[in-house]
Amino acid sequence: MSITDKNDNAHLTTPTRLTGSEIIWATLVGEGVTTVFGYPGGAILPAYDALRKFPIRHILVRHEQGAAHMADGYARACGKVGVAIATSGPGATNLVTGIATAMLDSIPMVCITGQVSSKVLGTDAFQEVDITGITLPVTKHNMLVTRTEDIAPAIRQAVQIAQSGRPGPVLVDITKDAQQNAAIFDFAAAKPAPYQPHPMLSVVNTHLSDAADLIRNAKRPVILAGHGILQSNAGEQVRTLAERMQIPVGTTLLGLGGFPASHPLNLGMMGMHGESWVNQAIQEADLLIACGMRFDDRVIGTPKTYSPNSKKIHIDIDPAEINKNIKADVALVGDLREVLEQLLPLLPGRDGSAWINTIEASKGTAAVRDIRNLPDNGHLYAAHVMHDLWRITEGKAIIATDVGQHQMWEAQYYRHDHPNTLITSGGLGTMGFALPAGIGAKFAQPDKEVWVIAGDGGFQMTAAELATIAQENLNVNIAIINNGYLGMVRQWQEFFYEKNYESTPLVSPDFVKLADAHGIPGLAVRSRSELEAAVQTARSHQGAFLINFLVEKEDSVYPMIPAGAALHEMIRRPGHNPLVERPEDK
Amino acid sequence: MTGVSVSVAMPFTLTLHTHTRKAPMHHTFVAYVEDKPGVLTRVASLFRRLNINIISLTVGHSERPGISRMTIVADANDEAGNRIRASLYKLENVLDVDDIGRAPSVTRELALIKVAATASNRSQIFELAEVFRARIVDLAPESLMIEITGVESKIEGLIQVLNETESRVIEVCRSGKMTMRRGHHTKGVLKAMGVGDPEPAPPGNQPLETGHDNFADNI
Repeated sequence: MSITDKNDNAHLTTPTRLTGSEIIWATLVGEGVTTVFGYPGGAILPAYDALRKFPIRHILVRHEQGAAHMADGYARACGKVGVAIATSGPGATNLVTGIATAMLDSIPMVCITGQVSSKVLGTDAFQEVDITGITLPVTKHNMLVTRTEDIAPAIRQAVQIAQSGRPGPVLVDITKDAQQNAAIFDFAAAKPAPYQPHPMLSVVNTHLSDAADLIRNAKRPVILAGHGILQSNAGEQVRTLAERMQIPVGTTLLGLGGFPASHPLNLGMMGMHGESWVNQAIQEADLLIACGMRFDDRVIGTPKTYSPNSKKIHIDIDPAEINKNIKADVALVGDLREVLEQLLPLLPGRDGSAWINTIEASKGTAAVRDIRNLPDNGHLYAAHVMHDLWRITEGKAIIATDVGQHQMWEAQYYRHDHPNTLITSGGLGTMGFALPAGIGAKFAQPDKEVWVIAGDGGFQMTAAELATIAQENLNVNIAIINNGYLGMVRQWQEFFYEKNYESTPLVSPDFVKLADAHGIPGLAVRSRSELEAAVQTARSHQGAFLINFLVEKEDSVYPMIPAGAALHEMIRRPGHNPLVERPEDK
Repeated sequence: MTGVSVSVAMPFTLTLHTHTRKAPMHHTFVAYVEDKPGVLTRVASLFRRLNINIISLTVGHSERPGISRMTIVADANDEAGNRIRASLYKLENVLDVDDIGRAPSVTRELALIKVAATASNRSQIFELAEVFRARIVDLAPESLMIEITGVESKIEGLIQVLNETESRVIEVCRSGKMTMRRGHHTKGVLKAMGVGDPEPAPPGNQPLETGHDNFADNI
């Protein structure tokens, strides 16, 4: 063994004979990885045995799904590649949901799994599973490594693939004998070939000038701001485009934070639970400028009726997204930031006030009817919780949400002014995501305030990670939006299944006691008057804190576009809903 | 037993080349892929995920060492062509993808056909094979094997003709289509051949105007 000092990285510069296990960690160190999330087991034990020799912090999770979500949350919070590690068989299959989550949201992540020895591959050996086969459709790429000398090149390539182009998860499956054997480790020689951009990227001058002409001549343009803004760091360019050309901006769920929520041109979130005026503006627009978004069905409703009279400029780094759901009139296929930098010089400026005023007028009473403006009637509404959390944290916290009603309320009422402050599973819609993703985010941004917001249903899916928080002494605040139902499913049952609340009422443990069992203090909040004090207590507490918000049980997220309906066919906040009274009716 | 060489003109040319344009949904891609385990699965899985049926897929070595060449014929319309091509490029092991579309190209398929034939009726099969420029590559007391290369319609024509004889077709093994773009011809030559635009479509563009993709299959 040549490695004696944990911080001696001489092997990174001088080819050294190391075991495969050591090569795994040495390569990760060389790639700048400092934190990994994992769970040991038989086929990955050699790697764990070598871990102590390397300056890498390993976070022991309680379930491998948590490891994948933590690596995901880590990547989302800091932009660096997240690393999860698990053993073969069940360890590997437990990662799958987390990998799929990262795939659907294009998150750079590397998963390393142990595999049975290459001599018994394919024999149904103990804890053997074909994880490269299983994860083939949910990874950007995956590989099986059976030889020690291939480990370093495989991991270096995995890191490159995960981060390049449209990012995504990569899985490296390493057999136990490859970990145990030794080989010459040459970090520099293991460097992959330079990244080749997708050959179908095309940003040609004629397309740029076509796009510029469309933008200059548009009467009713809307910018659709997607996740690509965060991933290509194009916030400034989108802002310049919007301000210079006076174009209002609607954002997708994953685009929240890419364009400041408080900006006067920001209309808010579009799509199924977007505000009426955003969707109305999109339907009436004569030009859509899609920036790093993929016209997901939750955004467009149905392609047949989506923004029927508009031209579409689609800017995306993935050529496979062009014309997938919505046909583009001009496609600029490339990195959003680079495309906008080429496009902006062609756009001198424009007066867009008429269109902006039209949209402003279309807001009508919607803002007045907003639940935020209701007087306190003793009930606790999730929307209030989100709004107050935003107010108290001054919109500066990193919020990790689960999936469902609370996720939509968060998107509507927590106003994200800064990129990478909302960590949420948009594409796959993975319940149980919030707690582990929030943990990962806290490791990525230890100086930032992190709030995990989860429903009572989703929280229980990965609640075991409370123990991880306790073990790591992590300062993460947890808000459970507890309405005693699987709320979003209940809402669908209310709207579309004649209130047949089948299997949605939910009996939960006392979450405060559950936290207490982990040595984490907590409070239950039943009314808005208790809210601020509880949140402040959580914030000032050094360490994790859990608040169980017992909110209105049968509240629904409005507005809502039923799945597959047109954007203007939305279910608005009902006037008769006791939850939302019109002040002017009184 | 391959030396039977009776030169007969091909009287069925017109009837065999039924240019069935009612199947415009077939889309042909040529992909260069790394010759590694699992690459075929990745390519096939992509089509499966898109719920697109693969009509035929052939793989073999290419002119580049360590690189295989695939010809994939998929049941996809022209609009899906670009997306499939873009998605194929997203696979790490895929190096190059050409969307043949209706560009001037040569497509061939190889088939082995085993026919029940005894000494008494062999000669009839020999004759048929000769007309189709097929070869007899194996002869057993009760059967013989025919090797034929050509466009799909030619092979189907032979099978059909064999079916209409008294000899029973026992087995058919077909390679699937292999496609290669034509070289750069002058306008005059292409016009004479009736294959449309002289310039092969640059990769990624829309398919060219219709040309006879099975032109001169008996060359």
